[in-house]
Amino acid sequence: MRRVYLDNNATTEVAPEVMGAMLPCYREFYGNASSVHWYGQEAKALMDKARQQVATLLNAEPNEIVFTSGGTESDNLAIRGIVDSVPGTGKHIITSQIEHHAVLHTGQMLQKLGIKVTYVPVDAEGLVDPAEIEKSITPETVLISIMHSNNEIGAIQPVQEIGAIARARDIYFHTDAVQAAGKVPLDVEQLGVDLLSIAGHKFHAPKGVGALYIKKGTKIRSLLYGGAHERNRRAGTENIPHIVGLGKASELAMTEMENNTGRILELRNYFEGETFRRIPHTSLNGPRTRRIPNTANIRFEQVESEALLINLDLAGVACSTGSACASGSIEPSHVLTALGLPPEQAFSSIRFSLSKFTTREEIEYVLNLLPEMVGRLREMSHQHNKSFVMRGE
Amino acid sequence: MTEKIVIAMSGGVDSSTAAALLQRRGYEVVGLSMQLWDYTRPESSNAEAEPKKSGTCCSLDDIYDARRVARFLNLPFYVVNFEKAFEQEVVIPFVRSYLEGETPIPCVRCNTFMKFDHLLATGHYARVRQNQATGRYELLQALDTSKDQSYFLFEMTQSQLKHILFPLGEYSKSEVRRMAEEYHLPVFEKPDSQEICFIPGKNYGRFVETYVSQGPTAQEFETSQSENPGWAARSGPIVSRDGNVLGQHRGIHNFTVGQRKGLGIAVGEPLYVIETDVTHGRVVVGPQKDLLKRGLIARRLNWISIEKLVEPMRVKAKIRNRHEAAPATLYSNGPDSVSVEFDEPQRAITPGQAVVFYHHDCVVGGGWIKESR
Repeated sequence: MRRVYLDNNATTEVAPEVMGAMLPCYREFYGNASSVHWYGQEAKALMDKARQQVATLLNAEPNEIVFTSGGTESDNLAIRGIVDSVPGTGKHIITSQIEHHAVLHTGQMLQKLGIKVTYVPVDAEGLVDPAEIEKSITPETVLISIMHSNNEIGAIQPVQEIGAIARARDIYFHTDAVQAAGKVPLDVEQLGVDLLSIAGHKFHAPKGVGALYIKKGTKIRSLLYGGAHERNRRAGTENIPHIVGLGKASELAMTEMENNTGRILELRNYFEGETFRRIPHTSLNGPRTRRIPNTANIRFEQVESEALLINLDLAGVACSTGSACASGSIEPSHVLTALGLPPEQAFSSIRFSLSKFTTREEIEYVLNLLPEMVGRLREMSHQHNKSFVMRGE
Repeated sequence: MTEKIVIAMSGGVDSSTAAALLQRRGYEVVGLSMQLWDYTRPESSNAEAEPKKSGTCCSLDDIYDARRVARFLNLPFYVVNFEKAFEQEVVIPFVRSYLEGETPIPCVRCNTFMKFDHLLATGHYARVRQNQATGRYELLQALDTSKDQSYFLFEMTQSQLKHILFPLGEYSKSEVRRMAEEYHLPVFEKPDSQEICFIPGKNYGRFVETYVSQGPTAQEFETSQSENPGWAARSGPIVSRDGNVLGQHRGIHNFTVGQRKGLGIAVGEPLYVIETDVTHGRVVVGPQKDLLKRGLIARRLNWISIEKLVEPMRVKAKIRNRHEAAPATLYSNGPDSVSVEFDEPQRAITPGQAVVFYHHDCVVGGGWIKESR
């Protein structure tokens, strides 16, 4: 069957160049980077190179990069690591209602430990208002964590403005840039962040590897104990093949970003425009312009998104109703809810996310399928109004 | 192009075999599992409940099994979360019915509300055919009457019957198990599901108590039931037919008509629950012979082989799934009520249970038992 992958915000295909860079790490350079011998030195050298590549992607120094197992660990390390290392009681952190669960659930866990957490709202397009952050700051505020780009709707947050606020008040600032890395330029200096999370598998490196940028001089407590790896900030034998893959993917992103971004943006806009033109009662969730180039979250009124998702999959098209981590959940998307969408609209929304491997012809294939499919599902939802109401309750 | 069909997969032997059968018949089969209930909820994890084992339906383990079978058969497979609708349409009515002194049977509601919207095949033991003379779609008992599930399906509408396939209706359970083994289905040895799927132990009374006090609608129950002397966990008298108080009970929801155990009364002759009287918060007991009743009134009817009941009709009526359908006559009491007069008195006719009417192996229709008489 013909297959089209439009779920690149969930994960991406590993680029052939990345695979090529990784394979020798399994075959020849399989040493432990902490070992004294030649094998260890080779592994260490590969890791150093990867650290430089990741640092370059973020305009950081190599020693400011800590390799982790992925975005979730990076977010956990950033938030818990800072909260644990700052002395005192009654600590307060500020984050937003539309963060990834790696941040939200960490916040909830901290609340159980007595930490105060403010979840600032977003506007109808999904953007945080920096003034809202400023208003929420108290003398106890130790950390602000606001994502760079939202995984469901692609909204790019005013990170730089928030960074300036945090810096002026001497508060640590973390941004979850998992959906931004490799898609839009990231410059930690310009953004004014102290901590920044990335995950390899969102930009053509494998799953199970990520990094946390930690600004020089930032005190952070490790989540894991057991060795002096990563300058005492992340114990555990380094996953050299994956780290090398992350490095290579970062390098590729640097060299290709300008070209890819333009092409993906054009395809995405074409897809979006044609969908709106060919199918009535469809609209965009999230901001039209302040958005990462690959993401389109589209609302099909009167269509149960889960049914559309399944029908698309049966026709070979992979997309998503929201974050992959939340699938199977019966609650409407917390992001779409924060935008002010009622449950029935949140349950009618589908996320399409492209990558550099997406072709024009694939987009045409989906555009040719969608109108008929949406029409049929709308007809069914009229006939069987019950099941529609069921989800919307 | 081959015809596409969706099969509801529970992870058990029956629906798995049904999926394999359809595939062998040339359909393009799509597997679907429904996540209906969160087994980590407090209502399901009460102390007396057995640890969750297979032998129920639709738990996460069962969904895992369904996925395994789908993979084995190379079917596309999806899990759809229906927890909210399941709670609204099945669990809450179940609890409410218990609080009204009835002994509900949630499987009918489940089958009606959950499993048959849009779906096209299931692993139920029943058959469907279109009657050429009347044009109506008819529901028939499975050929293996010992496994027949038509009783649970009596609320199906004509449009649902038109779109449903029961591939197992022609087979016996042992044939199905044999096929499952022959096809090397990974679940061929799995025990059959029994009991009520969202109550892993068998302590329904405890479930109702926990649900009413801790469930999401606890407050609503509190308001709607506060005037009701019979509602959950409210104690009251156990009385004989002539009103003599023989003992105390701890909530009417712990009792069902015909029950003998758990009365805590020591008298000469064996006593049985004859009636659960919510209005007065009483449990009425009596000797076995008092359990025998000649008739009943059923409401909330659904007709399948006929459009409606116009004149008295001879049928065989089944008052429980395991009850052997008994000869009876139906008399209409109006648009949504029917009197059933049995030729011979029947034991323990229980309000809240379904009564289903058969003509030979064909389901005429059915309804919900309101009272016995």
